[in-house]
Amino acid sequence: MAVSDNHRTEAPTRRGVHERLGVLPPAGEPVPFDPRRTLPLRIEFIRQLKRRRTQLVALVLLLLPILVAIAFKVGGQQTSGGAALVDIATTGATNFALFTEFAAIGFLLVVIVALFCGDTVASEASWSSLRYLLAVPVPRSRLLRQKLVVSLTLSFGANLLLPLWGYVVGGLFFGWAPARSPLGGSFTTSEAVTRLVIVVGYACVQSLVVAGLAFLLGVMTDAPLGAVGGAVLLVVVSNILDSISALDPYRRYLPTHYQYSWLDALGPTVVWDDMLRGIGLSLVYAAVFLGAAWVRFQRKDITS
Amino acid sequence: MKLPRLRRPRRRRTVVALVVAGAIVLALAVLVVVTRPAGVHTVSRFVAGTPESDGRPVQLDTTLYLPASAPAPAILLAHGFGGDKTDLDTQARDLARAGYVVLTYSARGFGKSGGLVHLDAPAFEVADGSKLVDYLATQVSVRKDSDGDPRIGVAGSSYGGGLALLLAGTDHRIDAVGADITWNSLQRALFPNGAATGPGVFKKLWAGYLFQAAHGSGPTDPSCGRFAPDVCAAYQRAAQSGTPDAAMSTLLRASSPESILASITAPTLLIQGEQDSLFPLTEADANARGIAAHGTPVKVIWRSGGHDGRSQTDDVRLAFQSWFDARLRAKGSESSPFQFAVRGAGLSAASGRTISQTRQVDAGYPGIDGRPTLTETVTIQGRPQQISAPAGGNPAAVSVLPQLGDALDAAQGAGASNPFQSISSLSGQVARFASDPLPDRMLVAGASTVRLVVTAQTTTDAILFISLHDLGSDTDVLPSGLVTPVRLTGLVAGAPREVTLTLPSVVRLIAAGHRLVLTVATTDLAYRLPTDPRTYTVALAGGGTEALTVATVDAHTVRPGRPLAWLITGVVAVLLVMAGVAWWARRRRRASKRDPELAEVPIAIQDLGKEYGDGYRAVDGVTFRVERGQVVGLLGPNGAGKTTILRMLVGLITPTRGQIHVFGQPIQPGAAVLSRIGAFIEGPGFLPHLSGRENLRLFWEASGRPLDDADFETALQIAGLGASIDRKVKTYSHGMKQRLAIAQAMLGLPELLVLDEPTNGLDPPQIAEMREVLQRYALTGRTVMISSHLLAEVEQTCTHVVVMHKGALIAAGSVHDIAGNGRMQLAVPDPARAAQVLAGAGITAQTVPARRALEDVFLDLVAGE
Repeated sequence: MAVSDNHRTEAPTRRGVHERLGVLPPAGEPVPFDPRRTLPLRIEFIRQLKRRRTQLVALVLLLLPILVAIAFKVGGQQTSGGAALVDIATTGATNFALFTEFAAIGFLLVVIVALFCGDTVASEASWSSLRYLLAVPVPRSRLLRQKLVVSLTLSFGANLLLPLWGYVVGGLFFGWAPARSPLGGSFTTSEAVTRLVIVVGYACVQSLVVAGLAFLLGVMTDAPLGAVGGAVLLVVVSNILDSISALDPYRRYLPTHYQYSWLDALGPTVVWDDMLRGIGLSLVYAAVFLGAAWVRFQRKDITS
Repeated sequence: MKLPRLRRPRRRRTVVALVVAGAIVLALAVLVVVTRPAGVHTVSRFVAGTPESDGRPVQLDTTLYLPASAPAPAILLAHGFGGDKTDLDTQARDLARAGYVVLTYSARGFGKSGGLVHLDAPAFEVADGSKLVDYLATQVSVRKDSDGDPRIGVAGSSYGGGLALLLAGTDHRIDAVGADITWNSLQRALFPNGAATGPGVFKKLWAGYLFQAAHGSGPTDPSCGRFAPDVCAAYQRAAQSGTPDAAMSTLLRASSPESILASITAPTLLIQGEQDSLFPLTEADANARGIAAHGTPVKVIWRSGGHDGRSQTDDVRLAFQSWFDARLRAKGSESSPFQFAVRGAGLSAASGRTISQTRQVDAGYPGIDGRPTLTETVTIQGRPQQISAPAGGNPAAVSVLPQLGDALDAAQGAGASNPFQSISSLSGQVARFASDPLPDRMLVAGASTVRLVVTAQTTTDAILFISLHDLGSDTDVLPSGLVTPVRLTGLVAGAPREVTLTLPSVVRLIAAGHRLVLTVATTDLAYRLPTDPRTYTVALAGGGTEALTVATVDAHTVRPGRPLAWLITGVVAVLLVMAGVAWWARRRRRASKRDPELAEVPIAIQDLGKEYGDGYRAVDGVTFRVERGQVVGLLGPNGAGKTTILRMLVGLITPTRGQIHVFGQPIQPGAAVLSRIGAFIEGPGFLPHLSGRENLRLFWEASGRPLDDADFETALQIAGLGASIDRKVKTYSHGMKQRLAIAQAMLGLPELLVLDEPTNGLDPPQIAEMREVLQRYALTGRTVMISSHLLAEVEQTCTHVVVMHKGALIAAGSVHDIAGNGRMQLAVPDPARAAQVLAGAGITAQTVPARRALEDVFLDLVAGE
């Protein structure tokens, strides 16, 4: 246990850090450590919120309803023949919010959810910071759990932000008239709020499928683009297969088949049938994907 | 030394296996699809029908569709007016594939069949039907109830439906009937009257269109075409006068099911269209009542579409098929006896458009078998109004035109203004009586009734057209475009007459807040109008207000399936997966074999090995120990396995063999003892969008330990970045990131410091500084482990060395032992003179250049700056 006795004691050392180390107390008792308190949610939120892509997504979501409202103002009301929600989009704030939700849910919100959930683990791998987090040590299961919670919070936040902001923009542009149902009749304010909550809640549950797959792909590959692209590809393929009526009894099991079932909440009474089916299907897919992600991550050799 | 490949790489084998399995599955699927049973076998023949009244024989063009299995029940399909047997081809094939013998034929006077059109007269078309039943009775492939009595059902739409009902009433071998959009009384259909006082107004557009549709090129005169002379003459008389004479009434009555409803014993399915101005829902209502009055089972379906709208032929075929399955083959369960479609009651999840929903009444069709009809009362108000009919019947309001109903209906969309508003409701011709806004939504299903007081100012008869409108805040919809004509006769000019009128039978869901508007008009383009100008006064029977009796039905929406089962499956799946993952993770965690003897030993590696899937061994049986206070160098060329060992040391890679104990605790991913290790492995890893200081702070906070324990000051001094610490990491050079990463490893001053090539990318002063830091670090009782392939560095920095090559340990021990005996050096200021002196003493000496001279010189130069 001897320092090699050589001629290096006169080495040029400008900053004298080693002097500081010389007056350090020796290593004492090991500090108590609780792996269950690692990677608090607050820390993970700070790490994700300051990213440029989070700010860009927020910007896109804020701009979209404004652009749509301007388009309606400039282009005029569309004549009937399209989707029922388009015809009444400019009658008031709530209808405008419902229309932007209808237009965005098929693709834009899918991309956003895939972005948040697929990129979170894969980007840590690409920055090489994943191995340092795991060496803290943050247990693997806890790392996934915290990251998933933060990603889902951001995804659901985006899901919530769009209709809320659409409501505000719709009100500013088209007035605050009470909500009209596309099947005729209108809602009181409290009814309209309840229906909007149901719609947003259902959209959040539906996005769990994309979130689960993107998370799994993010764990499996180290490329953020692969994770996001793969999840979006699944949704596109599922939509294509869903439009082929020859597949009929089996179409019900496609992950995006009940994507628009929240339209059933806009009638005079809420019809829960298809929404219940959609929730069940999403839960099954999400459970399978996330379970696979957990198992994969526990066994994986981290080489990034 | 080349290791022999003993077996194929495992990964490649699984990939090949998967591809082969996928190819087999695909081939099987293609095989199944391609070898599906081919189309149905058909036999086309001419069958002799009833001869014409002048004795000429008539041949009927038929096609027999045979199913795969025999014997099977038979279905006789009849086509609509103006068509022939080819219209039924798809339907017949589908039914044959479902296992029926299907016979389609062209009715007399249509297609290639001979004869003339007698409008389903019992002596001709219905007798033809009986002859076809005889024909089917001779076929071997048809199942028979008894000799000469095949098991047979009859189905048809419109003209064919009328034939089906008439045939079932006359030939009792028929076992089941399906009639779609057909009539009960042809006279009532062509001369409807909402006041039910004799024949009403001639439905001229429909009648003329139908007459034209059957016109074909025939043997008789061009004005009658292939119509029988009596039918043709009757029609032409009625078209000119506007009322049916006695001959026409007899003819029409003979051709209507109303005359034989009492003798129908076969179970009957009646389907009627909600968008049908030729045979409205009241025709099916009359049929149902008449048939059910004699105890025969009746099922009624009101479907969307009809003569005015596009209909899904698939829906009709499926309804027929399930009806015949239940009645001819006793297969399948009976659905409810009354079903109707409500348009615009649902939103399609696929396109977002409004679609119709099917509602069913399990109790059965109201009005038959003693079931009550439900009604609701709505109060309408309005003062007496004067309306006039123009001279020549021109301009006339447009409500619906034959075959164009869909186009007009589409224009009355949910939110758009009706472009036909100006011609569907002409001012001066219309009297309106509106209700208050409805408090709740209301389902109108059926024909409503109202009492009015009508005064004809100058004539003794009155011709009016009544309808019920759905008035919203910016929409005015005429449901299905239907109006009912009213013809009142025997009036006294100027004297009021009170009448009870029946409004059109429609199905519509009126939204809350909408109003019901009773509209009375004097013209309609589809009907024959009087040519003289007239004036009427129309008022409500109850003075200023009147109760409108609205027909409705208590029904529930058809919602097949059990959606709750799906939700439960989803929740169960989530719980199962969570439990499964937790169980699996706990099973993987080996029983923590703490070794108390090794509690003071920083690193104890025992027979460590890592073998990859393709057989490559990165680490092969490595055993060594590191004691406290040592600076250990892990030495070896590139690919020796140094980095693999370090990754296994911090739990990033799982060894395939052997154990690592750090301070007595076994190493697993996420083991708590890793908190006593500070690691720098294979390069820095920072979040590029945050500053260096934030990176360090967040890293420390991610460990959950208090900020004070981190000793940031020391770490920042070690990094030595100065003001750059607050710039974003993406602006750093490699050397800055390297130093910051090493400082991050030293956060909290861990007891064991593991550094993988720490001097990579540092310049010589920094390397020397680092060397000094590490040595001082070890002096405090902490342990340092460095891996490098720079022999000189390791020799200078480390106290102990572990040498590896190709995954195996070659040597381990102190630097002193391994690097050879400590050779001493004697330093003299003048080497040349010293060599002379030694030579004079008889000792051979040789001058060699001093080792590491360049480094000394370089460091001196740089230090002075």
